[in-house]
Amino acid sequence: MKPLPAISLAHPAELVISLVGAVFTPWVAAGIALLIGFFASYLTALSWADLTFVLPATAFGNVIVALLSRYWLHEPISLARWAGIVLITVGVGFVAQGPSRTESPAELEAVREVIAK
Amino acid sequence: MTLAFIASMPGPTPSPLTAASMIAAVVLCSTAGEVLTAAAMKSIGDLDDIRAHSGMKGAIRAVITSPLFFAGVSFLALAFFSLLFALNHLNLSLVAPASASLTLVTNAIAGKVFLRENVDRRRWTAAVLVCIGVYLLAH
Repeated sequence: MKPLPAISLAHPAELVISLVGAVFTPWVAAGIALLIGFFASYLTALSWADLTFVLPATAFGNVIVALLSRYWLHEPISLARWAGIVLITVGVGFVAQGPSRTESPAELEAVREVIAK
Repeated sequence: MTLAFIASMPGPTPSPLTAASMIAAVVLCSTAGEVLTAAAMKSIGDLDDIRAHSGMKGAIRAVITSPLFFAGVSFLALAFFSLLFALNHLNLSLVAPASASLTLVTNAIAGKVFLRENVDRRRWTAAVLVCIGVYLLAH
C-alpha cells in the first residue's frame, strides 16, 4: 500500500477507482490470495477441531510476525513484546498438549467398543 | 497499514464509556462470527473427508451453501467494520490489543456455553496466557 498515492475520502468516485486499482497491484493481490488461503485452512481446521483449540493455536501467527519483523525488517522489539512472545508460545504449547476436539458421547462409546475388541 | 491509515484520521476523543462500548461491539461481533463459523464447520463435518469423497468443488459447495456459515461470515464482516469505526475514533494502540486479547477470552466462554466444547483447565490457561501475550505484543 505504501507506494500507492494517498487515498482521500474527499472525492468518492476517485476513492472507488483507487481502491479497485489497489486490488490489482501485485503486493495487494498477493496479500489477498494469501488471506484466502488462510481462511480456507482455518475453516478446514475448524471442521475437525474445536474453536477453543484452533483460536489460541492460530495466535502463534503473532509470534511469527514479531520474529519476522525483528530478523527480516530489523525492527526493534521491546522487553514487553519478548514477554508477549514467550507467553503466547507457552499458551500454544499448553493447548497443543490436549485433545484437539471434544468427543460426543456416541463417539466415545464407539472408541470404547474398538478398544474392548 | 490500512488500519493505521484510518486510525490517523482526526476526531474528538470519546469518553471512556463510549470507547469501551466501541471495543465491546468489536469483541461481541467477532465472537458471534467465530462461534457461528465454528458451528457451521462442525455441522458440515470433516472437510478433508468431503474433499476425498466429492473433490475440491464438493467441499467448496458444502461450505458456501451452509446458512450458518453465511451468518458467521456476516458477523465477522460486521466485526471488521466496527473495528474500522472504532479505529476512526480511538488509537490503534488501544483498540488492536484490547479487541484481539479480549476476543480470545470471550471465545473460550462462548465455546463452552454455545458449542459445548470441553474447556478444561489446560484450555483456560492457554486462553489466558495467549490473551496476555497478544496484549503485550500488540501494545
